[in-house]
Amino acid sequence: MIDWVAQIGARTISKIAATGRAGLMLFGAIFALPQLKNIRLTIQQIYVVGVQSLLIIIVSGLFIGMVMALQGYTILVDYGAEGSLGPMVALSLLRELGPVVTALLFAGRAGSALTAEIGLMKATEQLSSLEMMAVDPLRRVVAPRFWAGMISMPMLALIFSAVGILGGHFVGVDWLGVDAGSYWSIMQATVDWNEDVVNGIIKSVVFATVVTWIAIFKGYDAIPTSEGISKATTETVVFSSLAVLGLDFVLTAIMFGIE
Amino acid sequence: MDNLVTIKNMTFKRGSRTIYNDISLNVPRGKITAVMGPSGIGKTTLLKLIGGQLTPDSGTVEFNGKNVHAISRNQLFELRRDMSMLFQSGALFTDISVFDNVAFPLREHTHLSESVIKSLVALKLQAVGLRGAANLMPSELSGGMARRAALARAIALDPKLIMFDEPFAGQDPISMGVLVKLIRALNDSLGVTSIVVTHDVTEVLTIADYVYILAEQKIIGEGTPEQIQQSESDLVQQFLQGKADGPVPFHFSAPDLSEQLLGASS
Amino acid sequence: MTTRKTEILVGIFVLLTIAATLLLGLKVANQGMQANGDTYTLKAKFDNIGGLKERSAVKVGGVTVGRVESIELDSDDFTPVVVLSISTQYSTFPETTSVAILTSGLLGEQYVGLQPGFSFGDIENLKDGDFIEDTKSALVLEDLIGQFLFSRDSD
Repeated sequence: MIDWVAQIGARTISKIAATGRAGLMLFGAIFALPQLKNIRLTIQQIYVVGVQSLLIIIVSGLFIGMVMALQGYTILVDYGAEGSLGPMVALSLLRELGPVVTALLFAGRAGSALTAEIGLMKATEQLSSLEMMAVDPLRRVVAPRFWAGMISMPMLALIFSAVGILGGHFVGVDWLGVDAGSYWSIMQATVDWNEDVVNGIIKSVVFATVVTWIAIFKGYDAIPTSEGISKATTETVVFSSLAVLGLDFVLTAIMFGIE
Repeated sequence: MDNLVTIKNMTFKRGSRTIYNDISLNVPRGKITAVMGPSGIGKTTLLKLIGGQLTPDSGTVEFNGKNVHAISRNQLFELRRDMSMLFQSGALFTDISVFDNVAFPLREHTHLSESVIKSLVALKLQAVGLRGAANLMPSELSGGMARRAALARAIALDPKLIMFDEPFAGQDPISMGVLVKLIRALNDSLGVTSIVVTHDVTEVLTIADYVYILAEQKIIGEGTPEQIQQSESDLVQQFLQGKADGPVPFHFSAPDLSEQLLGASS
Repeated sequence: MTTRKTEILVGIFVLLTIAATLLLGLKVANQGMQANGDTYTLKAKFDNIGGLKERSAVKVGGVTVGRVESIELDSDDFTPVVVLSISTQYSTFPETTSVAILTSGLLGEQYVGLQPGFSFGDIENLKDGDFIEDTKSALVLEDLIGQFLFSRDSD
């Protein structure tokens, strides 16, 4: 019994310590930006996490927009309200699906890769050797990846939403015959720049911070064995997905819940 | 004697396990000092303690007259420019070519123009015999070549101290011979101080100027290679001759076998 | 080191994002009334605003001319005050203009409908901050049903 209590205590303490390490790492990464060399490294990383995620984001956005138009049409047409298809597609994408699905895809596509890469750099002593070369791995390895994630994800979310709306247009207007004018104009009358687009971007920035932070920390803190890295990679995807969904609820409640 | 690294009464614990218990050790300037001992006694840990990546529980480590663990992080980074470490795996950056790996410390710490860097890197690679492999990626190198490339990177900034972590482990006789020759040659031509951590007795005794043997948390023997070979300590002799059993037991400490077997059946 | 190819691809990524933002900004979201800033405000008191919300449309004969900026409750007589922000493009509504809260379709959104009055020689136009006197409240379905039942009872 006492053993059991002691174990819980030890677990709690080690979790708190891990949170502390994660916080220190984030601090180190955020304040490591202003250097010309790092900007180049960051561009390199934007290529890795952003550009290489572009295809999956565009394809997913297109299909999600198309499916939503298809589903929405069959429901709305019963009420003779198929004109509201535009705002339905646009609002769901801008407020929810754009930021959330992008964050989930990003966690799976780029987050896991970040964890594995940093974990392997640790396992192969590359991080140690950077330290011994008097180069701070936080500045050289962690910071560019963090900033690249922060910059890329909101960009991907915007592209996702735009492509999704075009996909909805493709199915709703070109295929199911909703009037193109009403698709765009009712959308325009309903969607507000600040309320919907900017709030979506804010959500996306929050998700970007959380997902990138988790991914990098899990890699940086991984046990440097093949088992440890595979565990860290799994945890990155699981934890960041849960964090995104949980935070989405909180943010939605703050942004749209209360009049 | 002029020492580059001085360790005094150092104790280091990992969790509740004591790795080093009150050891003292000197590394003379310009010489090759070998640190030997059985696997798993934390020889790599010793190098990390000297490099300031780990902090001892008590005692001091001085490098070039400065206490490595009593200075700020910035000063430590300054200090580390004078030392370099050759990791067991080489630890080359796998995402850039051999050339960029060797150029890396130069680009990080100096403001040399790209053409100067190019010729410097060519010189360093020439010294380890890999000038022709400059454009290969680390994944295309054999283990021995990767270690030589890492050595070229380690000497890029002309450090005062090079620490070799198991440089001979898992090498075929030819690359082993190449590495032995390289370590000696670099030491003689560049005047650097070297610490070689290893358990390959024969190779290291041919190049070392001074030898420490670590076992059971302590230094059990030290001296020039000749002195070591004539040591009367059982422990030292067991290690040098590679006997399976002796003061270092063959069995990991465990309850008596007969007791365990009988205990299980009853 | 950053290669030329990565730079170009990251550049394309940035351009794509800008294109997406432009699409969202110009084609999807309506920021017209708030963005161009040239608006003036009119106020109107209603007995009941029903489901009217901030940012609901203000229309004249179906044409959107502005938006509801805010809805407050007058602290003296406890009636809702609706503040309308109207584009300065439409600045010549006479004082006799009436305003009503209407519903688009049976279940649709509620909006504010302006009905411009006749302008005679000595009737001035509404100015920034003026109250529109002639207001018609929202139709509340429950009230209607109540009235209907009440009038049947009295028969």
